[in-house]
Amino acid sequence: MNIVLEAKNLEKKFSDVLAVNKINFKVKEGEVFGFLGPNGAGKTTTMKMIQCVSPKTGGDLRVFGLDVNQYPKEIKQVMGVVPQMDNLDPDFTVIGNLIQFSRYFDIPLEEAKKRANELIDYVQLNDKKDSSVDKLSGGMKRRLVLARAMINNPKLLILDEPTTGLDPQARHLIWEKLKDLSSKGITVIITTHYMEEAARLCDRLVIMDNGEILVEGKPKDLVKKYVGDHIVEAENNPQIKTCLEKNNIKYEIANESVEIYNENVSDITNLILKECVDSGVTARPATLEDVFLKLTGRKLRE
Amino acid sequence: MFMFTYRFLKPWRRNIVTFVKTWKLNFVPPFLEPILYLLALGFGLGGFIESVDGIPYAKFIAPALVSISVMNASFFECTYTSFVRMYYLKTFDAMISTPISIEEVIAGELFWGATRSTIYATIMLPVLLAFGVVELPSSLLIIPFAFLGGLMFSCIAMCFTALSPTIDTLSYPSFLFITPMFLFSGTFFPMSVLPLAIQYVALAILPLAHLVIVNRALTLGIFNIPLLMSLLWIILCTTIFFFVSIKLMKRRLIV
Repeated sequence: MNIVLEAKNLEKKFSDVLAVNKINFKVKEGEVFGFLGPNGAGKTTTMKMIQCVSPKTGGDLRVFGLDVNQYPKEIKQVMGVVPQMDNLDPDFTVIGNLIQFSRYFDIPLEEAKKRANELIDYVQLNDKKDSSVDKLSGGMKRRLVLARAMINNPKLLILDEPTTGLDPQARHLIWEKLKDLSSKGITVIITTHYMEEAARLCDRLVIMDNGEILVEGKPKDLVKKYVGDHIVEAENNPQIKTCLEKNNIKYEIANESVEIYNENVSDITNLILKECVDSGVTARPATLEDVFLKLTGRKLRE
Repeated sequence: MFMFTYRFLKPWRRNIVTFVKTWKLNFVPPFLEPILYLLALGFGLGGFIESVDGIPYAKFIAPALVSISVMNASFFECTYTSFVRMYYLKTFDAMISTPISIEEVIAGELFWGATRSTIYATIMLPVLLAFGVVELPSSLLIIPFAFLGGLMFSCIAMCFTALSPTIDTLSYPSFLFITPMFLFSGTFFPMSVLPLAIQYVALAILPLAHLVIVNRALTLGIFNIPLLMSLLWIILCTTIFFFVSIKLMKRRLIV
């Protein structure tokens, strides 16, 4: 497999803050690669360095083997970007936005028209082709931004929180399109706050916090490694804590509940029900969200 | 690294396309403004004024009207409208995610401001000709000169845009810089009535004063040394602010 993206000791320093602190990662061709992390973890800064719009301040970052600070034009020519905030051009129609964008890539008009029509069809906006973009719903705008990112037939697609604020239907459509694009060999890099999304889409992902990469791996492997298969949850009260401690069971406090990560789910559940409480004990499969919270803590980030 | 290629024409073209879409609305001010000013000031007020430096009042203010229009067309485009594109619409962000660099985006905006000034001057000229207040053929030169004058005000405006924290704070340059300049640049009365010291200060710092000097020479068909001095001043000012504005915008947008 070819390496599409490689970061070595990548660093971004703003005047007084180290936003990205010497991170290392590699993304292979055709992969869906995720960046997770709480707000302020350094995800968007990393995306901006990959997009060649925010120069790195240290280390090495290569996209298709090219240095981002030296070859921004060459890299951007083969990259598609779906930014966190929609930045469609309200002075143009739906198809007008695609045609206008194609000019920025020097795509000949005939070719641009053909591609714009195909892409509008691909993201199911045929009915809205000649509408003003102000008239589109949030989900439609997102789909149009995705289509716009595809206008130059990119080999690498970068999406910064592509489904934030979308309804489940729109979100599923975006997922479906991303899976499809990835199956066609396009490398996809995505940031998200939705763990379910990351678990479904990403072949591999990293969890970042405070500008550093905490872990890297396949979603399933990470869950297995850091949490286990299942989690037993019970209501958080002093009695149960004393009881668990008495029985030598390790637990973690998650606000309103206590969580026990253990291999023997049924044994633990039975034990708690017999020794500690009568009800309110549940066992569920562990998720990426559990890994995320375990690694980044439960403190709120502003 | 200063990256600058033909790609600056792309943001420029984007603005032309949107301007042409609403052309009816855009063509009204440069057509109507000189008519109103000439009627009210040139012929209304001018009826009480025999002549200024031997020139009929309407002929005296005609080049000032062109100069003011050139200034407003590019200054307000590269302050408020550019600010909206930069801050609210994120048009610049969208463009720099393509092979266009930030320098090219800003240069495109600056040249677009200059183009807008040129369009305005071009629409005004026939109106002024119809009133018989400008001379031919020398007046035709105000059209190419509008591009240079417009570019100067685009570059100055873009510096304010780069430094303005919000769209509201753009009012400061509008009423502290543009309004006094509108009145005291030899527009509606000759600068020679001002005390000598103030004349020098005005010539040193008011870009519009130089625009008026050049345009007045062109509409009256009088070529002289002050014209060349002002032309030189404008070229120098434009060159400096062209690079300063791009640098300031880059500092604001690329972090």
